[in-house]
Amino acid sequence: MTDVAGTPILEVPVAEGAKDQHLVLNMGPQHPATHGVLRLVVELDGEIIVRLYPEIGYLHTGIEKTCEAKFYQQVVPLTDRVNYLDPLSNNLCYCLAVEKLLGLGIPEKAQWLRVLLAELSRLNSHLIWLGTHAMDIGALTVFLYTFREREDILRIFEAVAGQRMMTSYFRIGGLSMEPPLDFFDRVQNFIRTLPEKIDEYSNLLTGNPIFRNRLLGVGHLSAEDAIALGVTGPPLRASGVDFDLRRDMPYSSYEKFQFNIPVSNGCDTWARYEVRMQEMRESIKIIQQAIDGIPEGPVKADAPKIVLPDREKMKTQMEALIHHFKIVTEGFNVPAGEVYQGIEAGHGQTGYYVVSDGTAKPYRVHMRYPSFAALQALETMCKGRMLADVVAVIGSIDIVLGEIDR
Amino acid sequence: MGNESIKTLPDKASVLEGLPEHPAVKAILAWNADALEDAKFDRGELTLTILPDAIRAAAATVRAAGYNFFEDMTAVDWFPAAPRFQLSYHILSHAFKEHIRLRVMLEEADPAIDSITPVWPSADYYEREVFDLFGIRFEGHPNLRRIMMPDEWEGHPLRKDYPVEGYR
Repeated sequence: MTDVAGTPILEVPVAEGAKDQHLVLNMGPQHPATHGVLRLVVELDGEIIVRLYPEIGYLHTGIEKTCEAKFYQQVVPLTDRVNYLDPLSNNLCYCLAVEKLLGLGIPEKAQWLRVLLAELSRLNSHLIWLGTHAMDIGALTVFLYTFREREDILRIFEAVAGQRMMTSYFRIGGLSMEPPLDFFDRVQNFIRTLPEKIDEYSNLLTGNPIFRNRLLGVGHLSAEDAIALGVTGPPLRASGVDFDLRRDMPYSSYEKFQFNIPVSNGCDTWARYEVRMQEMRESIKIIQQAIDGIPEGPVKADAPKIVLPDREKMKTQMEALIHHFKIVTEGFNVPAGEVYQGIEAGHGQTGYYVVSDGTAKPYRVHMRYPSFAALQALETMCKGRMLADVVAVIGSIDIVLGEIDR
Repeated sequence: MGNESIKTLPDKASVLEGLPEHPAVKAILAWNADALEDAKFDRGELTLTILPDAIRAAAATVRAAGYNFFEDMTAVDWFPAAPRFQLSYHILSHAFKEHIRLRVMLEEADPAIDSITPVWPSADYYEREVFDLFGIRFEGHPNLRRIMMPDEWEGHPLRKDYPVEGYR
C-alpha cells in the first residue's frame, strides 16, 4: 500500500511481532477507561505487555485548518472545543499569542482575572482527572464527590461567561465583559470550602490500600525519559523535573503571585497523584491572592479597532458603531510575523504557534497540546507491566482526546 | 512587556551583532557557521534558519548547548511562493528558561528532510503529523505513517491548495 506521493505506508507494527505465544489485544476505541476514542493495540505475553501502540485520529476535526478560514476573534470559540475540560487555558494561550503578535498590552485587572479563572479551570481539570482516575481504578465514590465540586466551578463559569463548558470568556485584548457583581463572593465561598473537600478525597484515597497498591511503583517514567518523550506538566514534575511555566517563564502577571511548585521524585503513578493533589491546594492559594489583590480598572484594552465596544457605547456613539461593524464584518489586520506562546495548562504545557501574513485571518495556527506528546510515553510506562496497569497509567497522564486529535 | 520584546533584529548580521553571547547562536556558529542561513529576533523570540540537510546536526548542537526540551514542531505552507514549505521547531531550555525556533525552508518538489527523532524521540508524533497533513517525508523516521487521517486518505489537508470546505 502506498500513499499519493508513492511512499509505502507501513502496516501496523504490532501485528508483525505477534508470534505464537503472543496475543494482540485491541483496547478501544470505545473503551470507557481510555477517556475518549483512543485505540490501543496491545501485544501481550500472558498478562505482561510486550508492545503497546496507540492509534489516534478518531476525533480529528481539522480545527487547525478551520482556524485559517476564520477571523482572529472567531478562532477563540474553536479553542474551547480542543480541550473541553480546561477551556479557559486554551482561550488564554491563544489570546496571549495574538496579543504578542499585535504588541497589545492588556489592563492589569484583566490579567488578574485571567489568572483567577485559569486557576479555576485548572481545578476543574484536576477534579475531573481525580474522579475519572479513581473510577478507573475502581473507587467509584470519589467521582461523585469531585463532580459535585466541579458543578460549582461550572456555575461560576456560567455566571461570568454565560456558558458552562465552552466559555470563550477571554478575548483578544482582555475579557468579553466585566464579571457579575457577586462573582468574587461566589469564588470566595467556593475556595473556602474546597480545602475540606480535598481532604475528603484524600481520606478516601490516600490511605486506601487498594488504591495505593494499584498506583505505587506503576508506570515508572524517569526524568530523562520524560524529557526525551516530551512529557510536560504534572507528570514531568512527578519525575523530579522542577519546571513550571507559571513560575519560570511567567505570563499574564503570574510573577506577582506567590505559590509553590509541587515536585516529586517518585516517577510513578502515585507521584503523579500526589503532585496533582498538592497542585489543587496551590491553585486555591493563587485564587485567594487574586481575590484579595485584584486591581481596579477596565477589563478591556483601549484598542477600539481590535476590541469590541461596550453595548451601551455601540448604541449611543457613531464611532463605536463603526468600529463594531468593522470588527464583525472585516476583522482586524494583524502585523505579519510568527509567535509561539506557551502556558502551563492543567494537563501540562500548552502552546500556540500563530503565523500572520498581515491579513485579518491567521495564516497558520498550530496547537501544541500536552496529551499528544504524553501519549508517546505510554509504551515506555507500560512495557513489562500487567495489562490492568494500562488503565492506571492512562489515568495518571490525564489525557483528553480532543486535544490529541484536534 | 519588557524592552526585550520590543527590540527587533531583522536579519542574520544584526542577530550576530546584537546577540553574540546567546548560547544557541554561539553553539551554532561554533559548530558550522555556514549552516546558519538566516536569523531573526522578533517579539522576544529568536529564529534560526538552518539549511535543510543540516537540521539533525543543528538539533543535536542546540541540545548540547542546553536547549534540552523539544516542545513542538510543525509546518507552514507558503503556496504559491518558493520555497514552499517552512518547518518550525520550537525548542525549550529548562536551564535558560527560553524558547528558540529552528526554521527550515523546503522546496515544493518531493519535500523531504532528515528526521530529528534520533536527537529527540518526542519528535515522533509531530513528524508523523506533518507527514500526514503536509506530505513532507522524514528520512530515518522509525514509523512514518499517517496519524490523523485514515491510511488510505488521498492528499494532505493542511496544504493551502487543499480546500477548507466542499469536495476536493
